[in-house]
Amino acid sequence: MNQAEAAEAFYAALLEHDAEALYERAPVGYLSTTPDGMIVKVNATFLTWTGLAREALIGRRTFAELLTPGGRIYHETHYAPMLQMQGTAREIAFDIVRSDGSRMPALVNAVLERTDVGAPVVVRIAVFDATERRAYERELLRAKQRAEDSEARATLLARTLQQVLIPPAPPDIPGLELAAAYRPAGRGEEVGGDFYDVFEIGRGDWVAAIGDVCGKGVEAAVVTALARATIRAASVGRPNPRDVLGTLNQVLLHHHTERFCTIELLRLRETERGWTATVAAGGHPLPILARDGSSPTTFGEPGDLLGVFVEPDLRDTEVLLRSGDAIVLYTDGVTEGRQGSQGSQFYGEQRLRDAITSFRGSATSLVDGILHDVLEFQTGNPRDDIAVVVVRVP
Amino acid sequence: MAPVEVAERYNIKLSGQLDGQPMLFAHGFGCDQNMWRYVAPSFEDRFRVVLFDHIGAGGSDLSAYDPQRYSTLAGYAEDVLEICEALDLHDVVFVGHSVSAMIGALAAIETPDRFAKLVFVGPSPRYIDDGDYVGGFGPDDITELLDSLESNYLGWSGAMAPVIMGNPDRPELGDELTASFCRTDPEIARGFARATFLSDNRADLRHVKTPTLVLQSSNDAIAPIAVGEFVRDALPDSTYVLLDATGHCPNLSAPEATRAAIASFVR
Repeated sequence: MNQAEAAEAFYAALLEHDAEALYERAPVGYLSTTPDGMIVKVNATFLTWTGLAREALIGRRTFAELLTPGGRIYHETHYAPMLQMQGTAREIAFDIVRSDGSRMPALVNAVLERTDVGAPVVVRIAVFDATERRAYERELLRAKQRAEDSEARATLLARTLQQVLIPPAPPDIPGLELAAAYRPAGRGEEVGGDFYDVFEIGRGDWVAAIGDVCGKGVEAAVVTALARATIRAASVGRPNPRDVLGTLNQVLLHHHTERFCTIELLRLRETERGWTATVAAGGHPLPILARDGSSPTTFGEPGDLLGVFVEPDLRDTEVLLRSGDAIVLYTDGVTEGRQGSQGSQFYGEQRLRDAITSFRGSATSLVDGILHDVLEFQTGNPRDDIAVVVVRVP
Repeated sequence: MAPVEVAERYNIKLSGQLDGQPMLFAHGFGCDQNMWRYVAPSFEDRFRVVLFDHIGAGGSDLSAYDPQRYSTLAGYAEDVLEICEALDLHDVVFVGHSVSAMIGALAAIETPDRFAKLVFVGPSPRYIDDGDYVGGFGPDDITELLDSLESNYLGWSGAMAPVIMGNPDRPELGDELTASFCRTDPEIARGFARATFLSDNRADLRHVKTPTLVLQSSNDAIAPIAVGEFVRDALPDSTYVLLDATGHCPNLSAPEATRAAIASFVR
C-alpha cells in the first residue's frame, strides 16, 4: 500500500468509525513495545512499508533491532535515555531496515507510559516515512557544506589580499624610527580599504604613504593595489608629493571604477640640516606632528579627494624635523572609532593627541599606544579599518 | 585554573558529605550528568558526590571545546584529572558510564594515586571488530552513526545554545531540559562520536592498577557481554557483575540493581 492508498483507507476507516481499521491502516506506522523495547503490537501500515512479517516481530524483535547499527547506537545513547528521563522522544531520525535489507528513512515519535506509581508499562511508537524529507535534508547539508567551504575560501582570499597589500613589517630607515600598524575591521573576513606603504627612492630619500579607498571587498582591493603601484612608480622622478598625487588622480580618473580614495604622502629626505618631511594630503586627515616642548598639532594643508576632480587642489608643506619629532599618519578608522556598538561618541582628534602626548617615547610606543587606546575605546571590536604609521627622529 | 572557573567550565554539581570520600560520576556519549539522576543521590549519605558535564555536553562551557584536544579520549582524561586537581579530590571513586569508563581508565593510568576505585558501567575498549575481537560494529556502521547524527542534529539550532548553556541550576527535569537533554552542537557531537567509536584502549587496560568494578548489562547493543568479559579479563584487579538489564544505560533502565552493585563494591 502506498501513502495515497493508506490515506484513502484511513478516511474510509474514519467514515466507518472502525477503530481497528484506523489503527491498522493509518498512514503512519504504529508499534507498541515493552519498556525493554520488545515489540508486542504493530500495525499493517508498518508491515507494508517494511515488508516485515508480523509473526517475525511480535515477541521476537526489539525496536532497536529494526534499525541500522549506526541508528542503534543513536537509539542507545540518545533516544532511550530521552524516553526514560522525559517520557517522550520526538522527531528522531532513524533508518528502518526493510525485509529486503533496503533502508526506509523515518522520523520517529515515542511515548513511554507509566503506571500511577511511575512503573514503566509500554512504549508507543509512531513511525513516519521520511524518504523525501531526508533527501531534502541531505541536499540542505550539502548546501551548508558548500556555503561553509565558500566562506572559508573567501576569508582566505581576503586575508591573502590583505597580506599582499599591507607590508608585513615596515622597513628600516637608517637614521629614522619607523613603526606601523594595521587592524582590519571586524573579524577579518573582508578586505578592508585602508593601506599604507613605506619605500626607498634613493639614499636618504624615502616615501611613506597612507590611504583609504572607499568601500570594501575585491573591487576596493583592486583600487588599493592600483594606487599603491602608481604611488611607487610616480614617486620616481617626482620629488613633490603633490605631483605624485596629481598623477595618481589622473590614473584613477581613467580607471573604470567609481571608487575614490584619500591618500597622504610623506616625502622624507636627509639633508645637511637634518631630515625634512614634505607632506601632501588628498582628502586625507592631516598628519600630526609631535614636537618636544609643544602640544601635538596637525601640519600640512588639506587637499581634495583623489579620483573625483579633474584638477584637484593639492599642496605641499615642508617641515624640518628636529630630534624627538614624530609624525603620525593615520586613517579615519582611528578618529571615527565609536564607543560601543551603537555609540554616538567618536574617539576624535583630541583623544588621539592626548594618546600621542602620552606615548611619544618612541615610534613603536606611539603606534602600540594609539592602537591600544583606540581599540580599548571601541571595546576591542573596530567597526572600521585602522592604520597608523609613525616616523620619528631619534 | 581556579576551582570556580573549573566548576563553571564543567558545570560541576557537588552534593553529599563535605568531608566524605569523593565519588566522581562521568557521563557517556550522548547526554549529560542527568544520566546519573537515579543513581548518584543514593551515595550522598556517605560520599562527596561530584557530577560534571564533559566539555561540549550539557551545561558545560561550549566555547572551551577544542577539536584538537578532544579528538581522542586522552583530552577528556586530562579534564578528569584537572577536575580532581582543582577540587583537590583524593582517594576518588570514579564512576564512568560507557565511553567514560575508558576515560577513567586513562586518567587512573596517568595518575594512579588519585583513585581508590573505578566503576565501569557498560565499558568497551573498542567498538569496531578486529580479527577475533568482537566489538559489535563494523567501520561502516560508525560512518552510518555519524550520518545519523547529522540527520538528527538538523533539529538542533544555534538558537538553542543559550537554552542549553544558560541553565545555572537544573533541579528538575522541566521543559528546559526537554529542550536541551541529549542535544548538543552537531560539530561537537560528531567529534565526540569519532573520539569514542574510533578509540582502541584494549592495550591500556592491563596498566590499570586501581580495583575496578565492571557492570555489564545482560542485553546491551553497544557493549555486548563478550566485550564486558574482555574488559574484566584484561584488567589486573577487576570485579564483574552482570546486571539483568536491557540497554546500554542500566543507570536509567535498572537503577536499583545498578545502585546495589556499586554500593556493595564501594561501601
